[in-house]
Amino acid sequence: MLTESDLQRKSVQYRKELLRLIKGCGSGHTGGDLSCLDILNVLYNRILRVSPETCKSPDRDYYIQSKGHCAEALFVVLADKGFFPKKDLETLNRYGSHYIGHPTRGVNGVEQNTGALGHGLAVAGGIALAGKMDRKDYRVFTLLGDGELAEGSNWEAAMMAAHYRLDNLVAIVDRNGLQITGSTEDVCQLAPLDEKFEAFGFAVQRCNGNDVGELVRALDTVPFRPGKPSLVLAKTRKGKGISFMENVAKWHHGVPNDDEFSRAMAELEAAEAALA
Amino acid sequence: MEIAKANLEVFAATLLELARQDSDLLVVTSDSRGSAKLASFAKAAPGQIVEVGIAEQNLVGVAAGLAAAGKNVFAVSPACFLTARSLEQIKNDLCYSDRPVTAVGISSGVSYGALGTTHHSLHDYAVLRAIHNIVIVAPADNFETREAVQAAARSTKPVYLRFGKKPMPHLPRVDSGFELGKASLIREGIDLTFLACGETVAPAYEAAELLAREGIHCRVLSVHTIKPLDQAAIWQAATETGRLITVEEHSVNGGLGEACASLLLQEGIPCRFKIVGFPDDHTVTGNQEEIFRHYGIDGTRLAMTARQLSEKQ
Repeated sequence: MLTESDLQRKSVQYRKELLRLIKGCGSGHTGGDLSCLDILNVLYNRILRVSPETCKSPDRDYYIQSKGHCAEALFVVLADKGFFPKKDLETLNRYGSHYIGHPTRGVNGVEQNTGALGHGLAVAGGIALAGKMDRKDYRVFTLLGDGELAEGSNWEAAMMAAHYRLDNLVAIVDRNGLQITGSTEDVCQLAPLDEKFEAFGFAVQRCNGNDVGELVRALDTVPFRPGKPSLVLAKTRKGKGISFMENVAKWHHGVPNDDEFSRAMAELEAAEAALA
Repeated sequence: MEIAKANLEVFAATLLELARQDSDLLVVTSDSRGSAKLASFAKAAPGQIVEVGIAEQNLVGVAAGLAAAGKNVFAVSPACFLTARSLEQIKNDLCYSDRPVTAVGISSGVSYGALGTTHHSLHDYAVLRAIHNIVIVAPADNFETREAVQAAARSTKPVYLRFGKKPMPHLPRVDSGFELGKASLIREGIDLTFLACGETVAPAYEAAELLAREGIHCRVLSVHTIKPLDQAAIWQAATETGRLITVEEHSVNGGLGEACASLLLQEGIPCRFKIVGFPDDHTVTGNQEEIFRHYGIDGTRLAMTARQLSEKQ
């Protein structure tokens, strides 16, 4: 099992691979990828009971990425975990490739085609409900963007998850506070998300979603309350790990130029050296 | 013709039979079990019905999730809501993600009559025809309903089943079998063919009976599967009878008629051709029968349309 230090190093490695990938294909949701990468790191390296060998098992844990636009971050982690050869990612966004800007089931390890926002929680709820019906002990995790919570379908799904007492369902909100237009609170106020989800019947924990230790401690304890779906409100920074990208809305889907790429990689090299 | 049950009742009864044989079969409803005639199902198989409340988007999303975990799911809601409000879930969560859920649109077309356009579904064939990976089925009578439900339960891809709610007559049929994607021959004829689907097959048959008394012999095909279309049966009807009238409880835009027209034009098969359906206009008010009559979808008026098409040079 990876230690907290191992996970921190992984996060830096993943960020390097992510930027190489986005730079290589010339597109990607860089800011959101960087904000959720620590969450994906902790999920796949510490929490999820799924592997390339078990990813078709009916007893596996499921992961549904509702914020599908951050597919690049998911692909980097799945490649590292051996769900497919890393060289496959060279085809990202190329003609005929399964590796495109949103996850599809053509990619080994991806459970559901996503991309349109507000879909993941309902699908995850359905899988969790089937697990309860069949008395299976798998868990279902789904990652939601904060901006996507303006989609009403999330709240339909939230009501149902609480109604059916789906304590095998864990929703994680990547609360980076920014969407393409700007601050989520300026676009259409989302706060207080913790109180909203509590009112909808979830057991909520807040944590720093860019701190692997805090994420492990939160996710290791799900369900937070028996009989209730869990929600992790993971406070993150969009563009996390690259100083000039952090908390800047233009990096929502910005691609670094040569100079920005060099500066970003230098920052990550320095972060890696500091962790060595 | 002997009037039997509403197709919806046969759907519910068939589903219960299937549920008794397959504990993984689930029906998901959005406060729609009463209108879907599923109250007895809920009583007989309470562990196999999932209620999500009035939340059609969630209905389809949850159905996709249940199917992802191996369940054989029928997601049931009024057709007007199912194919509009949750269209994106049908497109992405079912069709794009390849989840073989059966989406069941109940009280379809103008079944809700005077409840008005909010409750009518005259768009569903059009929008679903443009989405890849879904079979679209509108059974004509109780026999086709039972067969279609059974076929949908076996399907390895998403299916859309569309049912009205009025009692339907037992249609005589030349073919005894039923196969998705293969039109059913209801009546043989050489002068003209009615290509109809769902609850419009019965009035097309009535028209054919009226015309037979005048020596005009019409073929009637129940094109229960709007997609994939039975191309061979339509080619054959066009070449053998030379006159086609399509009849549907749907907008004339994007439905069965335009699907047939596109096929014939692209294949270069000449024939006289008329689409009977709902024009691009606000729908007239009234009950289903009155609305049908207004738009020429009854035996008398369809016979009139057939005479006009037969006379036209």
